[in-house]
Amino acid sequence: MTVFSLVIINKAGGLIYNKTFHEGGLNKISTNDYLVLAGTFHGVHAITARLNPIKPVAQPPAPGSNELPGRPEPSSGLEVMETENFRMQCFNTLTGTKFLLFTETTQTNVDVTIKRIYDLYADYVMKNPFYSLEMPIRCDIFDRKLLSYIREINNR
Amino acid sequence: MSSLPSSASTGKDSGLRVPSNGKTIYHRPLNRTKTSELSQASFAFLFSEMVAYAQKRVKGIQELEHRLNVQGHSIGIKLLDLLLYREPVRTQLRPQNVVALLHFIKQNVWQHLFGRQADRLEKSTDAEKPDEYMIIDNEPLVNQYISVPREMSQLNCAAFVAGVVEGVCDGADFPARVTAHTVGEGDMWPGKTVFLVKFRSEVVEREAFLAKS
Repeated sequence: MTVFSLVIINKAGGLIYNKTFHEGGLNKISTNDYLVLAGTFHGVHAITARLNPIKPVAQPPAPGSNELPGRPEPSSGLEVMETENFRMQCFNTLTGTKFLLFTETTQTNVDVTIKRIYDLYADYVMKNPFYSLEMPIRCDIFDRKLLSYIREINNR
Repeated sequence: MSSLPSSASTGKDSGLRVPSNGKTIYHRPLNRTKTSELSQASFAFLFSEMVAYAQKRVKGIQELEHRLNVQGHSIGIKLLDLLLYREPVRTQLRPQNVVALLHFIKQNVWQHLFGRQADRLEKSTDAEKPDEYMIIDNEPLVNQYISVPREMSQLNCAAFVAGVVEGVCDGADFPARVTAHTVGEGDMWPGKTVFLVKFRSEVVEREAFLAKS
């Protein structure tokens, strides 16, 4: 059970955070390649959100009420990608920030882990007066809390 | 806040807004909010905006800390009155010497603001500085979510709390200058903060005079 690395992408497709927790699980790539990866993933995600084999059906309003028919749930786009060597899970927040978590293929409860990372982000990044939105994340406390949380998972 | 009427009718041409039933914030009993708690998340966002506001148009870190200090000062003055009012009648006395005042701050003020007492109280060991005392908080609540960028490492946003302490001291007629300093203690308490209370010379003189008589 190992979490390899975390990537956070802002809503414009820019890389704002990347951290490797376990050496040797994935090939090392340069910062430049991380930027390309973030941008490419952002594009691929936008395409997958449109790809939908089934025509979305709008929820009919409850009989007797005057409500307008609701919009169909938009498709969420790429969520999980599995390969022989790793598993990648994507969590897309309501505001369009994406969290990518690379783990071992046998990793369980990744969605719980990724929600917890989102919690940490909401606490230690968004409540920090010195963080400017959509910019790279440089917050000591966020780093510290994230590392200790992932270490706890990786040592389990 | 739920008792505030949602539609407040305005006075004719004055800028003062009075709710239609005539009940203002001054009509509410002072003890009603004694045990109520606030959401820490909303406080964190509010404080974050206060720091961002203070950061606008400042030239340096000292000026920023001074602005935070000023924001806290008026709170401290009012808090002293409120907390003394809430004491049982028999002990409703303003602290009359430095040690009593600092204990009052460490215990009552901290308990009211942060739900726990401050961690330690110390007197400066330097014999040349009898006017300096230290209130130590291992993990200030206001700094819980704040990571100060490296280029501003001098800054400690608890300057706001220092302002509150200064307000309490000034209100109790022990004029002092209070500053907040980060003294990280390894991995255990990386945000440990010392509030340095420097009383004015006349306070120390008065204290010495009272001790003699």
